[in-house]
Formats: sequence, C-alpha cells, structure tokens
Amino acid sequence: AATMFLRLLSDIQWRAAHPKWRRMSGSQRSSSTTAEPHPVALPAQAQVVICGGGVTGTSVAYHLSKMGWKDIVLLEQGRLAAGTTRFCAGIVSTARPVSVELRMAHYSNKLYQQLEQETGVQTGYVKTGSISLAQTQDRLISLKRIASSLNVMGIPCEIISPKKVLQLHPLINIHDLVGAMYVPEDALVSSANVSLALATAASRNGVQIHERTCVSHVTIQKGRVTGVETDRGRIQCEYFVNCAGQWAYELGHSGEEPVHIPLHACEHFYLLTHPLKDPLSSSLPTVVDPDGRIYIRNWQGGILSGGFEKNPKPLFTEGRNQLEIQNLQEDWDHFAPLLSALLRRMPGLESLQIMQLVNCPESFTPDMRCIMGESPTARGYFVLAGMNSAGISYGGGAGKYLAEWIVNGYPSENVWPLDLKRFGTLQSSRTFLRHRVMEVMPLMYDLKVPRWDFQTGRQLRTSPLYDRLDAQGARWMEKHGFERVKYFVPPGSDLLDLDHSKTFYKPDWFDIVGAEVKCCKEAVCVIDMSSFTKFEISSTGDQALESLQYLFSNDLDVPVGHVVHTGMLNEKGGYENDCSIARLSKRSFFMISPTDQQVHCWAWLKNRLPDDNNLVLEDVTWKYTALNLIGPRAVDVLSELSYAPMTAEHFPSLFCKEMSVGYANGIRVMSITHTGEPGFVLYIPIEYALHVYNEVMNMGQKYGIRNAGYYALRSLRIEKFFAFWGQDLDAFTTPMECGREFQVKLDKGVEFLGQEVLLEQKQNGVYKRFTMFILEDHDTDTDLWPWWGEPIFRNGRYVGKTTSSAYSYTLERHVCLGFVHHFDEKTGEELVVTTDFINQGEYEIDIAGQRFQAKAKLYPFSSLFTQRRRKDEVELSGYQRE
Amino acid sequence: FYLTPPQVNSILKANEYSFKVPEFDGKNVSSVLGFDSNQLPANAPIEDRRSAATCLQTRGMLLGVFDGHAGCACAQAVSERLFYYIAVSLLPHETLLEIENAVESGRALLPILQWHKHPNDYFSKEASKLYFNSLRTYWQELIDLNSGETTDVREALINAFKRLDNDISLEAQVGDPNSFLNYLVLRVAFSGATACVAHVDGIDLHIANTGDSRAMLGVQEEDGSWSAVNLSYDHNAQNEREVERVKMEHPKSEERSLVKQDRLLGLLMPFRAFGDVKFKWSIELQKRVIESGPDQLNDNEYTKFIPPNYYTPPYLTAEPEVIHHKLRPQDKFLVLATDGLWETMHRQDVARIVGEYLTGVHHQQPIAVGGYKVTLGQMHGLLTERRARISSVFEDQNAATHLIRHAVGNNEFGTVDHERLSKMLSLPEELARMYRDDITIIVVQFNSHVIGAY
Repeated sequence: AATMFLRLLSDIQWRAAHPKWRRMSGSQRSSSTTAEPHPVALPAQAQVVICGGGVTGTSVAYHLSKMGWKDIVLLEQGRLAAGTTRFCAGIVSTARPVSVELRMAHYSNKLYQQLEQETGVQTGYVKTGSISLAQTQDRLISLKRIASSLNVMGIPCEIISPKKVLQLHPLINIHDLVGAMYVPEDALVSSANVSLALATAASRNGVQIHERTCVSHVTIQKGRVTGVETDRGRIQCEYFVNCAGQWAYELGHSGEEPVHIPLHACEHFYLLTHPLKDPLSSSLPTVVDPDGRIYIRNWQGGILSGGFEKNPKPLFTEGRNQLEIQNLQEDWDHFAPLLSALLRRMPGLESLQIMQLVNCPESFTPDMRCIMGESPTARGYFVLAGMNSAGISYGGGAGKYLAEWIVNGYPSENVWPLDLKRFGTLQSSRTFLRHRVMEVMPLMYDLKVPRWDFQTGRQLRTSPLYDRLDAQGARWMEKHGFERVKYFVPPGSDLLDLDHSKTFYKPDWFDIVGAEVKCCKEAVCVIDMSSFTKFEISSTGDQALESLQYLFSNDLDVPVGHVVHTGMLNEKGGYENDCSIARLSKRSFFMISPTDQQVHCWAWLKNRLPDDNNLVLEDVTWKYTALNLIGPRAVDVLSELSYAPMTAEHFPSLFCKEMSVGYANGIRVMSITHTGEPGFVLYIPIEYALHVYNEVMNMGQKYGIRNAGYYALRSLRIEKFFAFWGQDLDAFTTPMECGREFQVKLDKGVEFLGQEVLLEQKQNGVYKRFTMFILEDHDTDTDLWPWWGEPIFRNGRYVGKTTSSAYSYTLERHVCLGFVHHFDEKTGEELVVTTDFINQGEYEIDIAGQRFQAKAKLYPFSSLFTQRRRKDEVELSGYQRE
Repeated sequence: FYLTPPQVNSILKANEYSFKVPEFDGKNVSSVLGFDSNQLPANAPIEDRRSAATCLQTRGMLLGVFDGHAGCACAQAVSERLFYYIAVSLLPHETLLEIENAVESGRALLPILQWHKHPNDYFSKEASKLYFNSLRTYWQELIDLNSGETTDVREALINAFKRLDNDISLEAQVGDPNSFLNYLVLRVAFSGATACVAHVDGIDLHIANTGDSRAMLGVQEEDGSWSAVNLSYDHNAQNEREVERVKMEHPKSEERSLVKQDRLLGLLMPFRAFGDVKFKWSIELQKRVIESGPDQLNDNEYTKFIPPNYYTPPYLTAEPEVIHHKLRPQDKFLVLATDGLWETMHRQDVARIVGEYLTGVHHQQPIAVGGYKVTLGQMHGLLTERRARISSVFEDQNAATHLIRHAVGNNEFGTVDHERLSKMLSLPEELARMYRDDITIIVVQFNSHVIGAY
C-alpha cells in the first residue's frame, strides 16, 4: 500500500491542470502544507450522481462519459480508490463459470490493457497469464468445463500437464497435481491506479469528481430518484448509482424508502513478502490453487498470496460505517491454513521474509454473483456492488453494462444472473446475509458440481406442506428463498449414500427420479409447486385487459376460464418473463410466473401499467399452495374428489375453473402441468392446503399416486422441449427464436411490446434457434453428464451453447437444449438460422473438453405425446409444418 | 446419576470472576494484567470469602482469600473490612486529614478502594455504619499518632490485621443497641477466619498471611517449565516454627496441652485467625459476654463451650506473617487459595496447570509481525505450534475455574476425569464436606513486560 500511496502523490501535477478534479490527495499533503485547498462547491444538480470512487464507481463514470453523458457527478466519502479497491490484489482473471461474468472479465482485461495509453496514468498492467491448479480429477473436470467456454469465446486457454506447470512457474510443487488450466492473457494491475485512470478519463470527459463528500441518503419521490443529500449539500439528479461497495447495503437502507442491496462484508486476508533473493519476475503467472484455497501472484519481486478460507469472518453486520477501511487487525492464526497451503504449493518460500498480512474486507452476495441494475422500487436508482472479491476483474465490464443500462434502458448482454431484481426484501435480513456470506466465501474456491445448493439461509419460505413432504423423504433445494423438493427418497434407501449425489457423473438419485418420472407417465404424481410467483390483475373496466394486451404477446382476450401461455416481452421482443395467465373473469386475470420473477415481474408491470386506481395489481404468491397433479390418472383423482367431470370434453386443456376438492371450495384448478404431460395444477388457498393434499393422496392411492420433485419435472419438460425462463429464455431471446410463434398473436389487433421486432423476425428470419439435442454416443453410466453452458459444435464449428439438460427416461438418452447460431465462416458475422441450417448439420456437444455426437431437433418427438392432445401442442405441430 | 458436561460447567462457572486491568493508550502500565477468581462450595452456605480491590489513594492492588470456620460471619466481615484497614494504614497523613475533614464537614468522601466483585460477593448493609465508625476511629488514631515516617507496607499490613481483629473483639464486648447488629458482631467474634492477602504495587509484592490459606508464585524457568515458590507459611501444626511460637508464648506447664491431634488446644486447625474470641478472651470475659448476649448465643453449645486446658489466653492471634517479594520477569502469576485447594493438589501441579493454561490463553492472543524479521517458514512453525495447543481445548476462560476442575476432577494420571468430576459435584450437601472443602482461588497474572522494564 505504501507504493500506491506514493503513486497517488505523483499524480498531483496532472490534477493541477484539471481543476474539476479537486485536491485528490489534499488531506495527505495538508500535514506538510498549512491550509487545505478550499473544496469546490457541489453542483446544485446533475443528471447522474455516482456514489463511490472505487473501481466500480469510476468505471460507471468512465463508460457513461464515453457514451456521451456529461452531466455526471461522482462522490467519494474518502479518497478515490481508498476502499476495497486500494487493497485489491489486482488480479484480472477471466476464468469464470457464468457466461456474463466471463464476458465482463474479458472486457475488463482488454480495457485495462489500453488504459495507460488512453489516460497517461500508469496502471501497472502486466500480462502474466494465470495457472489454475487441479489437485483432483473432479477439479480438473471443472477447469476443463471453463476452458471449453473460454476457448469458444476466442480467449486462449489450455489444459496443461503438471510438467508444463513447472515450466511456467519454477516455484510450484507439482507432486500432488493432476493437471492445470493456463490462461495466458490474464493480467495483473494496480487496482487503485486503474480506478484513478478511469477517473482521469472520466474527468477529462466532463465528469465532476468530489472527494470527501459523504452521501447521507437518496431522496425518492413517487418512485423516482429526485436527488442526493450529502454532508456538503443537496444535488438534484435523475439517476443515482450506488457503487458504495460494502457500504452499499447501508446506503440503500438510509433513505425513507429502502433499496435492498443484499451484500455483506467478510474479512479477507492476503500476505505480502519481501523480494526473493532472486526477485520474482513481474511477468511470472498468477497461480490459483483452489483445492488449497489460495492464490499467489508476484509482487515487487516477492509474492502476494491470499485465499478464501473455510471459516470466514463476517464483519460490519451491525453496519459500522467508518469513513474508509482502516487497517483491520492481522490474524495470523486465521491465516494459518492458507499459509500451510502456500508453503505446500511453494516449499521454496520457507525462508522468504514476511512484509505484512493485509486484512481487507470484501463484500459478498447471497449467490456469489455481483449485483447490478435498477431498483425495483425506485426508478433511476441504479446499483453496482457486491463484487465477491472480483471487483477488478469485473469492474470494467460491469461498469460498461451498467452505463448501457442507464443510457439505453438495457445492457448489451443478458445480465439477469446479476440483476438486483433477482433478490427481494427476503434476502435483505442481516442475519441471513451474515450466515449466507459465511457459506459463499469458501464457495469461491469450493468445487462446484452440478446441482449444488446453498445450505445456509434455508427454510425461509416454505409450503404449508413442508413438514408432511419432509417426513416422506423429501430432499430440498432452494429458489428465491423457497424450499422446493428435488425428489423423494423412498423409505429404506441408504440416506448416507444419497448425500453423495454431487458428482459430474451419474448421480445416485438417478433411479429415484426415474421412478418418479415413470409414475408421471403411467399413473399420477403430485409436485408441490407453491414457489411459483402468482399475481392477480383486475380492474373495474377493461383497463386490465387493455394493459395486458399491450404487455403480453399472446392474445389475452380469450373466453373466461381459458389459460394462455405467453411471453412478457421487451421492446426488442425478448422474454422479460414467460408466464401462464388465466382469465378469471372479464376483468381479472391470474398470472403464474417463475419463482424468481417475483421482484422483476412486479417492477416491470408496476412501471408499465397505467397509473390508475381502478387497475389493481396484487402479489398473491403467499396466498396459494400449488399442487401439480401430473399423469394420465390425474383426471380420475380429481373427478373423484370433486364429483365433477374432468374429462377433456368438460375440462379441456389450458382451462381454469374454481371448484371444490374434497371439503375445500374455491380451489383454482388449471389444466396445465408445465411439463407437456396431462394433468392439473391446483391453486389452493393455503388454509386448505393440508386438507386437499391429504384428500388427493388418499384418493390417489388406488391410482398409484406418489410424490415427485422438481428433478422429475425437469426431465419431463426438457424431453418435451419446453423452455424455462431464467434457464433457457432470457431478455435476449424472442419467441420466434425458440419456436414459440404460436404464442405470439401478431394479428391480435392490438399493438404490443416487441411486436415490431417479432414482425421483422417473422419476415427476415432469426439469428439463433432454440434446438433440442439428443446425445448419441454418450454413456449415461460412465460419461460425464451435461449440465448447462456446454459448447455446441456444428460440423466441427462452434455455433452456440446449451442452456439446460436432462436425462430423458423415455428416450433413455440425454437431452440438451440450447441455441444454435450461424456464424459466417470467414467474417464471423451472424447470419440467419434457417430450418435447413439446423437440420443439415452434424452436431457435437462439448462436455469438459470431450465431444459427444448429438442429433438436433426443432420439435419434440411426437411419439412422446400422450394420447390426449392439447391446444398448444396442436398449434406447435402446425408451426412445425411451416 | 451423572451430570452432563454442560451441567458440570455451569456448577464450576457459577462463581467465576475475571478482571482485566484496563489498558491506557494501548499500554498497560500496571504490573498486574488482571486476575481470575472462583469458588466452589462444599459447606452450605460456603464459608470461604474472597476480595479484590484497587487502592485509589495509594498505588497497588489488594487481593485476598478468607477461610471461615464455625460459620461464615467472621470471614464475611474480614472480607468486607480488612482492605479498608490496609488502605487506611497505607495512606499518607495528608490524605487521612483530608478524609477526616470531609467526614467532619459532611462532604463527599474520597473513594479509597475500587472493588472488583462477583455479583455473589456481598457486603452487609446493616453493619456498614458500625464498621465505618470503627474504621474512622482507627484513622483518627493514625492522624493523632502522625509518625511522619513514610508508610511501610509490611507494617501497614500487620497493623491493619491486628487492628481489625481488635475491633472485632471490641465490638463484640461493647455490643450494639440494635439486636440484629448485636447478634452479628457476636457471631463475627465467635466464628473465625484465616486470611491470605496480597498487595501488589509495581514489582513489590507483599503477602500477609494469617492461618492456613496459601500464596504461591508461578515461575517460568528458562526451559519453559513451571515451578512453584511459596510466598506464605501455613500457620498450623505442620509448621514447626509455628508450633514453637505457640509454645514460647505459654508456660512450659501447658506444653503438652497446647497442640493436640495437630490442633490448637486439640480444637483449632489454624494457629492464627481472625475472630475466634474463644481462644483469645479470658474465661470471665467470655462468660460475661455470653450471659449478657442474646438468647441465640446462650443456646449455642459451641459458643458456651470453653476449650480445655484454657489457662493463659490469648492462645490465638490475627497477626500476619508478611513476606516481601520483588517480582521478576519470570514470575508469571500468583495463586492465592484456601486450604481446600492445597489439600488436593501439590503446589508444583498447581504451577504447571495454571502456567500451561495461561500460556495457552496467551497463544490465542493475536500475534503481529510488526517490524520484526519473520520468514514464512518461521511463522508457519509458530502457527502450527499454537494450533496444536489450542486444539487441546481449554474449555475454561478462567484460570481459577480451570484449577478447580483439576482439583476436583483429576484422576490418578493427573488428567480431568469427567466421571469423577460429575460424582464429586453431584454429592449431596451433607456428604460434600466429607470429600472436599470449600475451595477459593485467585490467580493473579503479572505483566512481564512492565516488570522487566522496572
């Protein structure tokens, strides 16, 4: 840190020539000079106020100003780059499992590389490369998966042998290694100087930077940001960007209307040493040893090494708002396991002299992904924080996406995995955050196998049937705080064995889920689907219908009692949400969306529905328990319980009716199952939930009823080529691209969001197609299983990635769903994807570097359809003939 | 039936108390880091008492354990009063004058002591006025005496002990119009208590001992091992010098009756004690006080009983033996404990157990590299060693508790045996006293850095 300090001082000359940037290091000099320079007054108003002068804040300012926005003020409570950014280890690493994170890191790397040339500020950028080590075969598999996704993005990356590791870095002990991943273009920077460079460029572009200015709160009126209160006065603004790092949570809570930004700080330790006898070269690659939980980079001839320990120390749970991060105490005992790992990895360092153990808090989020986007409750309130100790890697790209978001209304990439709206108030409890980040921090380096779940912060939202299901052997996973059943362990199964279900290969629940699927196909199963987001929209007149007709692409002017599958599209025709809407009456609608849509969909509708007291939007998620009865005998169970005819003539598919089930009245029964199988979903007022469940189970006995979980559901829907929002569908996917034109009514006579783009696509074709792949030469018992994110190759050339996969018990093959693009062989330009293009290719799916032949299909196997045809399937086959 | 480990812990920890001397500007200028204390009763109610206080008008810290017998009244009174007598004895003339003037004119009194008390350590409210008056008389006499000499700690301790015992005796002879107080002062005088008190001021450690409680210094040898240095002599029949002293103070004719069955006059274990006027007053005085005293006293066979061969009282004194010790950096801690501990444990074991416990605790304190030259390998070695120590899990946060756990629970191999501990702690009240005595322990931890700088 001392050298950074010097560099800060060396920048003073430049600053003098740029009076807009006020006394960068004023306080430091004030000890030697008599008076501190008089601070420049804050402007009374600005278009954008950014709070936080770390790498994220300066990156947002940089990119906004690059995009032509000039009226920007950046406020920093202490000095620029004095928070976590100052202490950041400065490793720019692109090896990230989530695609959008990978893109952000890749962009950051490119940005930093040219930043010194652009700004004249030394950034210390050195392209050192990085080596990620694998001590186990499983780790090597996970590295191979990342390597595959880096390669198809054109980022050089290779899996190397331990011997090659030794050639790249002579200090590494390779005896316990099985392999490694080498990313030659990863880099090191001085993170503080990167921030200063970004600030410099932003300042030249007109951004006003004010240090030692503390934002006390943000004022919000009528759901819009109106200004910022600081200790130096008020600034009116249209946009506020919270880049306050670990203080972002508190800042979000400081106003009258809280903005929930779920992040929590943990202490993070790294070690600095004096130089080696033969000082280490500054181009020596960075080493990541995730099995040892450490990273090691060269630092001024010595090393810098830190890690993510198993027992992190969360801090500031009570929200101690200190001005800057003071040097927290070194804790050697806490660091001991990491030091052991370091000396095990580089035994030659024993005699290296310690300089310092740095304790620098980092903020972590509940799902290990950073938080960006607009507040669901306050328009114009943007956030970029919670970098999970990868601030420097993501900073550049994240700042770019957020700037695009502010300027264009949407970023150029699908950032839903990072969207603030994936969280709600429920992730905002301090206790929850404290417990969760203690799990998240070690997870940074834990091996993440398919279907891993968080263990902390569980059992927050549960169905009223939770205990009943749990007692019957339910195994749980969590989505948006809601406990959902994965599968049911049959009585007598070896429970211990089942806990070892986490593997890259065939999991041990394989037969259990197979039995549940079989029961869905042949008899009837019950799946508790209460977690789904449920809204009711009603109005006194036609306002509800009119608004929904504009916001949804399908025609909602259907007879009362009909259920419509429809996308909620954005201006570009992309899926903001994919839902099922039942018309309960002329003027009221019942809307079912995915679980994690609760906040996003609410905000989307709230922001777009007319401000009309006669139009009511209500979140009724908590009011109903949903039981999905899947299978051919569902109809028998339900008709026996209701004394009502449930056959197709009386209760056609995609139909909704309130009826009695058992003693309970007012149960909303819909003939949909979200799987393509016959059956019904029962929306049950929660106080009847247990009764209805018991009745269904009792009555169902003679039809062979059993409980089932989401794994069975997933297998069913994937073999039926059903896309799920959040998994397969996102804001950059249109119905035309995923074979759902039948859910779009271009001619419904009402203008709707995204219509133009869809019309255009209908005429000119699409640039990607949602395709189903059946793995051909894949041995389910011995080969690695696909997960999602696997590269798809057509005739040996990369064409896209999978988005989900499952084993189809019907086909006895693995099925992957994914998007196929058509890149021009010479220019790489994206071309229209035609049906012929899809059909006339030889496909392979790359699972951790190993390619498996796959058969591509644009429609599901008709043989899989059940005897009773349903409305959308009829339409689907019609579409196929086009 | 067995007590679970948490039950055992809740019993052991019920009376534990810790005090850390506050640090100023990150530097602890006191030679005392702090102390841990604890008591485990065998009698019901417990007859042991403990006190700890910081002198506010002079420098130094006072710590003491008091073992009562024939009831707890005397030990209670001594635990409340003795430190005031010591503090007053140590006060310079001007401060005494200032205090007297304040009392005279009804002004607020300078605080003399800052007590460090466990919530169970109580002071009797009823007697405070009486006690205060006696104390005031004492300092008035000190003012009148005004020797002009600087106060010697040894002398002050001796004077305070003797004066308090004298006051206890006098208060019982004079009586009090308040019948409750009257009975109280008689109970105090007719019961007894030993006292072992430490006064620490910088590197000057004084131990004043009366009776068979014991003070022991824990010394860390250069090789890291622990040894014990006694800083008091037991006043009982095992101490030949003490037997000699008693014999010297009485005619040769009584030689055979003075110490019988290792007891004074065949009755009393400690050879020095507070109270116990049955061994101090003449027979006439005893009879007169008892006859004029309340009925409860008359009905009590013990108080009416005159020791056999009682010819030339007093046979007992409260005068302490004072040992002065200059603290050295290797002197790491001081253990003050009533005989309940020393009966079950050898001082060498006490030194080792406390020493290892305290260094274990020490090693859990953070280490900082600071400006030192440390290599990664050295640090790794150090941390590994620390972890090995920590993993031998010390469940106690209090050295005195840790010692009691060993004293009660140690098996023949010198390690704590939970089964034994559980049995010993679940003994019914009436049996407990047969297997163990009340145990009271204070462990004072010294600041070697400060001591080394003297």
